[in-house]
Amino acid sequence: MPAELSWIALVAITLVLLVSLVVLWKVYQATVGRRGSTTKDASDSPTSPDVTHPTVTDMPVSVNERLRQKLSATRQTLAGLGDLFHSGIGDAEYERLEELLISVDIGVTASTEIVAQLRSEAIRDNISDPEVLTQRLKRLVREQLVTPEPLTRRDNGPTVWLVAGVNGAGKTTTIGKLAAQLTAEGAKVVLGAADTFRAAATEQLGVWAQRTGAELVTREAGADPGAVAYDTYETATLSNADVAIVDTAGRLQNHRALMDELGKVKRVLEKQAGRLDEVLLVIDATTGQNGIAQARAFTDAVNVTGIVLTKLDGSAKGGIVVAVQKELGIPVKLVGLGEDITDLAVFDPAVFVDGLFAASDV
Amino acid sequence: MFDALSARLDATLDRVRSRGRLDAKSLEETLRDIRLALLEADVNVTVVRGFLDRLRTELIDTTTTGPLTGAQTVIKAVDQELTRVLGGTSQALTLPRGRLSVVMLAGLQGAGKTTVAGKLAQHLKQQGRTPMLVACDLQRPAAVEQLKVNAERVGAYVYAPATSGDPIPVAADSVAKAQATGCDVLIVDTAGRLSVDEVMLEQAKGIKDALTSDGIDVTTLFVIDAMIGQEAVNVARAFADTVGFDGVILSKLDGDARGGAALSVREVTGAPIMFASLGESLDAFEVFHPDRMASRILGMGDMLSLIEKAEATYTEDETKRAEEALLSGEFTFDDFLEQMQMLKRMGSLKGIVGMLPGVGKQLKDADLDERQLARVEAIIRSMTPTERRDPKNVLNGRRRKRIAAGSGTTVTDVNRLVNQFVEMQRMLKAAAKSSKGGGGKKHATPRSTKAQAAALRQLQQQAGGGGFGGFTGLQPPKKSR
Repeated sequence: MPAELSWIALVAITLVLLVSLVVLWKVYQATVGRRGSTTKDASDSPTSPDVTHPTVTDMPVSVNERLRQKLSATRQTLAGLGDLFHSGIGDAEYERLEELLISVDIGVTASTEIVAQLRSEAIRDNISDPEVLTQRLKRLVREQLVTPEPLTRRDNGPTVWLVAGVNGAGKTTTIGKLAAQLTAEGAKVVLGAADTFRAAATEQLGVWAQRTGAELVTREAGADPGAVAYDTYETATLSNADVAIVDTAGRLQNHRALMDELGKVKRVLEKQAGRLDEVLLVIDATTGQNGIAQARAFTDAVNVTGIVLTKLDGSAKGGIVVAVQKELGIPVKLVGLGEDITDLAVFDPAVFVDGLFAASDV
Repeated sequence: MFDALSARLDATLDRVRSRGRLDAKSLEETLRDIRLALLEADVNVTVVRGFLDRLRTELIDTTTTGPLTGAQTVIKAVDQELTRVLGGTSQALTLPRGRLSVVMLAGLQGAGKTTVAGKLAQHLKQQGRTPMLVACDLQRPAAVEQLKVNAERVGAYVYAPATSGDPIPVAADSVAKAQATGCDVLIVDTAGRLSVDEVMLEQAKGIKDALTSDGIDVTTLFVIDAMIGQEAVNVARAFADTVGFDGVILSKLDGDARGGAALSVREVTGAPIMFASLGESLDAFEVFHPDRMASRILGMGDMLSLIEKAEATYTEDETKRAEEALLSGEFTFDDFLEQMQMLKRMGSLKGIVGMLPGVGKQLKDADLDERQLARVEAIIRSMTPTERRDPKNVLNGRRRKRIAAGSGTTVTDVNRLVNQFVEMQRMLKAAAKSSKGGGGKKHATPRSTKAQAAALRQLQQQAGGGGFGGFTGLQPPKKSR
């Protein structure tokens, strides 16, 4: 390393770098434009064993009840919604309302649209009662969300669920809970530890397999995740399992190579099992607007069929899924509340929206 | 990182630029745009309100008196305010030498504590310390195992006597253990928790108390995921009120999160952001620089970090050659190839591009595939020396065909590269000419880094305004106001 680079030299280096980059960039841009039109993902065509028999993964009703309680535990977020309207409703109030929606991570675009809609309805129907307006707002948010179908299962051969998400979203824990609930139902479950990257990820899934009596399929650290996925389905077929759940390494959606790798895992499974029964994207309820980018990228890569919203603990309300559903139409299928095995429930939009607006019920 | 936020602000500031002077109406419009940009970046709503109030006051003051044009005023004010919110100057983690220090990591589940523990150990080792990792996350399955693996990877000691049960005795015993093995820093990994989980917050506090009771200073670092949304503020408050923390580590910054959480947490708790964690390999860990980050958010690039990187990569000889190649106006494919090699040594392409002023915007959405570099390299390497020196005049159809065959590409690829390159050569020539005339050399060698920094800052602003277009204006600025 030189003692000190002269000023002009530094500028020179930067300039040269800049030039090099511009050239590279332009070349690359042109190449991509040309290639982009020819590659088409053929993997999504539904092939063999047809999906049948959607079984309800029965979850105790009480879980949603607990969710309701948890979600209303903190009564701060939308507090003052009533107060807000009491002084009449004008520009400032609507702006506050927008901020309130934004403050639960529903996002600027979705919030603005919802409030604009509310506003036009208020004018159209001549609403001035704050209570009615609050109900209207709730309904508008509720309308953004669909009631999910239960997780898809099949009769002929093992059902295959692929679980993906960014680092630390709660994939492995979610799989553990799923396995616990399935085995409690009497189903035979195989877990595939295709997260061969993160230190001790396999061990973590292994603990869950032990707890739930599910069968674990692993390979050595650093092995090809596609190979683990392959083994998982093989094992599931051989041992006549009902469900195979494949865990994958956490990956940030802007890391192209890692997303490609995930696509490969899916293709490997599809080759064996035909169309996957579920491709679940796990999203942490504290996630902000990046959640949209996550949903978009993962859907592009592996065609996500549903979202699992984890760590919904009352304080984190997970409003981002409203934006995701609104923008990309991907339904939320499951919600995770806490660390307990039973803390995983089928998503209930009404309960969820109540949670978002918990404070306004007071 | 912070890409989307900078993209939003860029668009806003571009509009201001095209407008020229600011009047009351355009000021309000600009502020409204900035508000949206910040909110979309997950900056907390209350923090945004404060930010805008201060910005408004600042702008109203300066627009009436200052000589700056509208855009410059706004950019300067936003830059200042961002830097301030992000924490002013960078604050390092200082652990006194010669006695045992304890660093405790706390944070939500999945924030990245265990990974950060390994990275921090690596960082401290590089500073000549002897860290020991202490496994106090007895909650998550295999968390202890993960910490052990990380410790092994960085070659640090690890104290992990239990895999379940109460972590407080582990913490208490770790001090004696560290003293016995001669370690001088304990890095304590704790269980992740949900923000309002009081039991878990109490446990973290218990661990901290157990460590503090021996009269040892415990530095608590709060690890937070850069992708977190509005909840960041509640979480940070809950931790600050119960466990308390002295600094923040922002994790997963290699994602495309807008990073508004960073702004909010600093603003709400007052604790400085000390480190940025940027990836899964254990050396992807950096000291956080608020001022540089502000520039980066504003799309003004982060020339200082880039230069530090360049300084660490280039030898004096290479610097000289690059300088000559540039100033001579004879930038050949050989020079280009050499720069590409440098580029590779400097780390990921995307990271470097993010630091360049005015470029991030265009490249933000692009998937910069490093394999493309190899392709370009292959084409150049398939050329003869003469062809590399003077591609414009030498390369005929047959030669191009040969190059394409030699590099495994198509003639179209070769043409594209050559055409772009010739275009660049032309631009460079023009730039070199004007820089010679404009007295680049006369300014040469101001030895203090401060002067360098100032000069580069000006450069950044110029380049930031023009993007690629302002490229030829990159010679040393003559008007200094």
